[in-house]
Amino acid sequence: MALKGNLRDFSTTQLLNLINLARKTGTLAIDMRSDKARLCFKEGKLVYATLGQDAHLATILHRAGKLSEEQARTIQSQASAKSDKELGLLLINAGYVSQSDILQSVHSFILGNVYPLFTWTDGTFRFESNMLPFEDRITASIELENVIMEGSRRLKEWERLQDELPNLDMALRFADRPGANMRNISMSVEEWRVVSFINPRNTIRQIAQYNNMSDFQVRKIVYGLLQAGLVEMVQPEGVAVAAPKPGVPSRPPVTGRRPDVKRSIVKRLIDFFESR
Amino acid sequence: MQTVKMVVTGPFSAGKTEFIQAISEIDVVATEKKISRAEERIKDQTTVAMDFGRITVDDDLVLYLFGTPGQRRFDFMWEILSEGMLGFVVLLDSVRPETFREARSILDTFSSYAPVPYVVAANKQDIDDAWEPEDLRIALRIPTEIKVLPCIATDRESVKSVLLELLYSILEVMDEGES
Repeated sequence: MALKGNLRDFSTTQLLNLINLARKTGTLAIDMRSDKARLCFKEGKLVYATLGQDAHLATILHRAGKLSEEQARTIQSQASAKSDKELGLLLINAGYVSQSDILQSVHSFILGNVYPLFTWTDGTFRFESNMLPFEDRITASIELENVIMEGSRRLKEWERLQDELPNLDMALRFADRPGANMRNISMSVEEWRVVSFINPRNTIRQIAQYNNMSDFQVRKIVYGLLQAGLVEMVQPEGVAVAAPKPGVPSRPPVTGRRPDVKRSIVKRLIDFFESR
Repeated sequence: MQTVKMVVTGPFSAGKTEFIQAISEIDVVATEKKISRAEERIKDQTTVAMDFGRITVDDDLVLYLFGTPGQRRFDFMWEILSEGMLGFVVLLDSVRPETFREARSILDTFSSYAPVPYVVAANKQDIDDAWEPEDLRIALRIPTEIKVLPCIATDRESVKSVLLELLYSILEVMDEGES
């Protein structure tokens, strides 16, 4: 039997918890609009994960800073027919990377593909037991408890950021009088990419789309820029701010009376059903 | 004449009416109505007050089965129906995970009405996409001491075994209370 459903009803955290506790082996496919994630598990441990396109080992090592862009491109074009395991051996023997570099990079790649899923609140999922694609890939064996804990921590951070920046349809503009510490500020590549699109005509959502960033990534960067006093939020023309939905009061618990039934009555009922 | 009562509860369209129909010796006194809300039109009719079934054990013992209305807007009936129950069955629709949260909430509500034993029946196990009972246990955070049983509500034998398991649980609780 397949586990099927929607993240609206059963969250990523709950799914991973279920796979962990039931020690499942198989592949979990999650699709949210055009985004696709595939997570593979062996006896309840995470062994591989992709988000969007799967990546070649050379790309994984480049992203982890173990290979230069040029090296990764050359290796990818010359060793495209080799499996990741074969390529890994070649790279170790050629002295480009160590075994530990490869394992750490794959580990980070897998986790980097899983953590964003904690913020997915909608999307269909299907768990296929005993199906393990990506057999030619270098895999890991990651305890899900740690993944769930870190994912939940990031989810909390995401929720906090969502509270701080509830509406991504707002625009940004550079502050007229930014803080005195601006001169010493150093920004990451991702932050510069966001800054380069800051314009009252671009909404934060559009900036994320231009840069191929998730809502979480762009919120985190914009929040940092706001806190540093570099930018201000402005409302682009024609965009209304949505009002929060009112909460639904919960029903208070009610206590009841326990029935006064003798044991012999229950025994008679059991005998009745057993004899029929 | 001694009468005992059990309640069959669960989310909308979990199969409560079929469950009682499968085992009752009388035609179930169902209070069904045509579905009015578009989002609930996955079946033609729904229970608005209760279902009522009867099983005569012998000359002086009768078991009544009450099915609750699944739609939340009729939940004012739940407490009335739960009054004096010996135990209850929470019926799950194993192929509709969108109802699991509601099932958990119903389970909590009924447990708060009366501290009586209950079992969880994972209905529609004859359908390919049904979640397995043990997966449902984890998904709904059902304690290990509570039985989660496979069930096909249209099958009399399956319903009978769910009721028997509930009775065994009731007996166990009584025995624990005495010791």
